[in-house]
Amino acid sequence: MATTMTNDELRADIEALVERLGPGRASLIPILADVKRRFHEIDSETMQTIADVLDIHPVEVHSVASFYAFLHSAPEGQFVIRLCGTLPCDFAGKQAVADALRTELGIGFDETTEDGLFTLEWTSCMGMCDQGPALLVNDEVHTRVTPEKAKAVVAACRAAAVAKEA
Amino acid sequence: MPVIIETQGNALTYETIEPEAGLKAALATSRADLVDTIRDSGLMGRGGAGFPTGMKWGFCAAEKADQKYVICNADEGEPGTFKDRVILTRFADLVLEGMTIGGYAVGASLGIIYLRAEYTYLRPHLNDVIQKRRAAGLLGHDVCGVEGFDFDVIVAMGAGAYVCGEETALIESLEGFRGEPRNRPPFPVVAGLLNNPTVVNNVETLASVAAIMAKGTEWFKSFGTDKSSGYKLFSVSGDCDKPGVYEFPWGITVAELLKEVGGEGAKAVQIGGASGVCVPARDFERRLAFEDIPTGGSVMVIGPDRDILDVAENFLEFFVEESCGQCTPCRLGNPQMLEAVKLLKAGACPPEFLKNVKELAGTMQVASKCGLGQTSPSAFLSILEGFGDEIHNRAAGA
Repeated sequence: MATTMTNDELRADIEALVERLGPGRASLIPILADVKRRFHEIDSETMQTIADVLDIHPVEVHSVASFYAFLHSAPEGQFVIRLCGTLPCDFAGKQAVADALRTELGIGFDETTEDGLFTLEWTSCMGMCDQGPALLVNDEVHTRVTPEKAKAVVAACRAAAVAKEA
Repeated sequence: MPVIIETQGNALTYETIEPEAGLKAALATSRADLVDTIRDSGLMGRGGAGFPTGMKWGFCAAEKADQKYVICNADEGEPGTFKDRVILTRFADLVLEGMTIGGYAVGASLGIIYLRAEYTYLRPHLNDVIQKRRAAGLLGHDVCGVEGFDFDVIVAMGAGAYVCGEETALIESLEGFRGEPRNRPPFPVVAGLLNNPTVVNNVETLASVAAIMAKGTEWFKSFGTDKSSGYKLFSVSGDCDKPGVYEFPWGITVAELLKEVGGEGAKAVQIGGASGVCVPARDFERRLAFEDIPTGGSVMVIGPDRDILDVAENFLEFFVEESCGQCTPCRLGNPQMLEAVKLLKAGACPPEFLKNVKELAGTMQVASKCGLGQTSPSAFLSILEGFGDEIHNRAAGA
């Protein structure tokens, strides 16, 4: 988590990112995406630091982060599971998959499990309409998802988390 | 190992295009003639809006600037559309060839592929193709040995916003801002990315450019209709036996398409995605073409047992979520249409309320700032018109 870093460490981290991506405003979204991927949240201190390094107002950083579905700042799990909610996936049986995910994870949509492993969200059309229901686990695409397959995906994430801890 | 997501369909013309033939032909042509060739081909934007590509390039080429850009719009977010995913997976070289031809035509030195966040898994593949092209001298300094023609391409990522498929919102996003559409004019061809002249073309448009330059305008015009030249890729999903990506010449009827994909017996087909129109079975002889039903290629087949109001509700939930909120008609209009559909589903929509919401939908079409709010009422209105009896009978409790 970003919050476990000292201010200096955080600043050095953001400066390294800006060094790599360039000093311009155009680096803001790649920076936010990188922070989100590594820390699973974009806290206010991080936004302030990004603003300082890019020399823009912190409100600008917040305004951009809150606009994009994949960047919103609230803490998320290590695995963000996004189920496609759009029509072809609806026709293909998204509701049964949604129910299976809710049961398996013990949370509703837009919620995060207490252990910080999973966040469950709906997402708009993912472009997998010929093979729905589709879901994204972080960047990974899963198609033709059945309730059983959804449970297996969750189990695989749990196993990966355990392996990472070990 | 690159991630491959297989999609079925029919044979695609892109399989038959000789690699780099289009680029070589383009570089052997003067810039003015190249723009004229694309204009003559009649190619119109494949993302959905259908703006003539040659005209767009001509405007950008005429601008004087130190820096110009070619942007490949790979923010394929229109519900039911996935043909760009297939093109980027199978024919990324053709797309890059098209971008390079565009760079040469308009005098740009940098191309940017704006890839939607949901397709992050394709990014390593695209970077790999770009790297190979640099190594082969097809990108970089003096492309293909043409002195003074420098052109490189980078991939930039979207972050989950449908509206960024709109070209000015896309540019805002690339600049590091909220993806809120700009007022036009000025158009991007005059003042786009960082205020420089910028061409924004859809993935399929760019691949088609490479094919046209390889095989000629007469060949391209031998497909399609007088007003809609060429072939088109259709993303077919929903209630049919063989969903997938299909190539057809412009002018195919809805009925003919349904036969190919095993979707006969459908009660309706939603064409053009959530922002498109819902075509009832009695109109299946209509044609997919710019002069009849224009489309970016999304075809969602709606089977006989589906509730048409569920369809409308799904689309409107999508638009309520995806409206950027910047302009009032779109921000407030979409929730009103959704409310009307929910009331209709419950058989409790007062006629006066429905009448007002229909008027509001008409206002949205003319007063919204960008294509999102201008087109989000299309499905709602076409469903009310095409399925009035079904909706009326339900309201009456039948």
